[in-house]
Amino acid sequence: MSAQDIDHPSPEAIVLATKPAVMPAPPAADAMRSKADLIDLEGVEVTYGRGAKALKALDTTTLEVRQGEFVALVGPSGCGKSTILKLVSGLLEPSTGVVIVGGREVAAKAVQVGMAFQNPTMLPWLSVRDNVMLPLKIVVPYKHQFRAKRKTEYRDKVEALLEQVGLGGFGDKYPWQLSGGMLQRASLCRALIHEPQLLLLDEPFGALDQFTREELWATLQDLWQTRKPTVLLVTHDLREAVYLSTRIVVLSARPGRVIDDTEIDFPRPRTIEMTFDPAFVGITQRLRGLIFNMRSQIGKA
Amino acid sequence: MGGNGESWRQRFASTALIIGFFLLWEACCWLFHISDIVLPKPSQIFTTLYLRAPALWPHTVQTLYTTLFGFVLGVIVGVALGVLVGSSKTAYDTAYPLLVGFSSIPKVAVVPIFVLWFGAGTVPAVLTSLVISIFPVVVNVATGLATTEPELEDVLKALGAKKSEVLWNVGLPRAMPYFFASLKVAVTLSFVGTVLSETVASNRGIGNVMMVASSNFDVPLVFAGLIILAILGVLLYLLFAALEWRLCGWAMRKTDLAAMG
Repeated sequence: MSAQDIDHPSPEAIVLATKPAVMPAPPAADAMRSKADLIDLEGVEVTYGRGAKALKALDTTTLEVRQGEFVALVGPSGCGKSTILKLVSGLLEPSTGVVIVGGREVAAKAVQVGMAFQNPTMLPWLSVRDNVMLPLKIVVPYKHQFRAKRKTEYRDKVEALLEQVGLGGFGDKYPWQLSGGMLQRASLCRALIHEPQLLLLDEPFGALDQFTREELWATLQDLWQTRKPTVLLVTHDLREAVYLSTRIVVLSARPGRVIDDTEIDFPRPRTIEMTFDPAFVGITQRLRGLIFNMRSQIGKA
Repeated sequence: MGGNGESWRQRFASTALIIGFFLLWEACCWLFHISDIVLPKPSQIFTTLYLRAPALWPHTVQTLYTTLFGFVLGVIVGVALGVLVGSSKTAYDTAYPLLVGFSSIPKVAVVPIFVLWFGAGTVPAVLTSLVISIFPVVVNVATGLATTEPELEDVLKALGAKKSEVLWNVGLPRAMPYFFASLKVAVTLSFVGTVLSETVASNRGIGNVMMVASSNFDVPLVFAGLIILAILGVLLYLLFAALEWRLCGWAMRKTDLAAMG
């Protein structure tokens, strides 16, 4: 039940937590960042609609993500976290500014991207195996040999990955025969099967119960440690953010912009027990304070 | 196995209803002394059907052939138009009024025009069958494509898929249940088109047989023609229902399929 306590801290805890100032990033990290940035958002703004109905979703945002980082984006609802993912995946174009991925503009598709959404979005007419195999049918080095290898090499590849996330033997099932947690595991597999350099996760565990979610944190951590992709994770769950990421970026309420950027350096593999460690709890509380403050400001305005 | 017993009961009920319908009809004819010229008894109709079968057979084949030819062409054109119309919101909104306009034209009115262009015979019958089966296919395919969940498309778009790949892997499979629903409607409408045209301008086919029979006051033969059309319609409907079940079972999992897992 202590997990519950962290999710709903007392008001006093929040007042305490808001006190520490924003942690400045070490200068050494700054130097490194400019060298091996995989993602670069430069002065990006996004506005939906036009004229009187225009809604600014993302205010001028500059954000760099280095190769191999696991970055969590947190913030109040509607602050443009998912918008950032859509920008990086090329699903959305910025109204102003540039999005550089892998050294080139995002439209150039210089970097292979894997994406998982809050809904598992499995295609209902395909078996789990064929769903997971889908990227191999679309993505460039793989698609040329898809016909020849789909029943041999690719099939084994999918089977191995399903095995790794605990879905061994479920390849022939159809999506409706799986539970929500299993579907989300399959969705992770689909995001990873083509070994992308960049993994974009849009609240992938948001719709799951607490226990399934914690299981999947461990699964995702394993996958990240074995494959080392760069990850951008959007989440509402601060424990999830601290457990999984190497760095947490906090966005303000709409229109979103970056208001805090914290490195997380707990040793790996991290465990659920660690999330009850005072240092860990301290970080979640501080982040919660930041977000809570923004919410109350909106309330007054 | 429970589901299986259920389906047998269902089939039994359907058959019983059909037989009961004919029995009731027969009984009414006897009870109210209805003249053969007005409404022949089912027993009489089926006897006619049996006795005239050798003469009716070529006409049946002709009607079936004409209908299927027109229907297949109609489906091909319909799918092509449906993909075009359903490919974007703008195309959908732009083309819809014109489509509805075309579909509202009574097809009887079109037959004389076809006859004028191509002469009496098989060609206008095929064309009528084609024209009448296009609309349901276009509307359903377009609706299936237009209502595809953007989230499903995003899965492919995020991977850098081309438009054609998105259409082929998400749009078309997603539109399949809509497509098959439209086939079942279109194939029965197709018969209507063929028979209409045969009645007006042809010297072959069931429509023509019924036309000639009614001018000779051979009412049992007219009804025999109706029965043949009904049987053909049901058979083709069942064919497409079976195909639908095989290809789009995923969309109808609520019944038997879930139990298979």
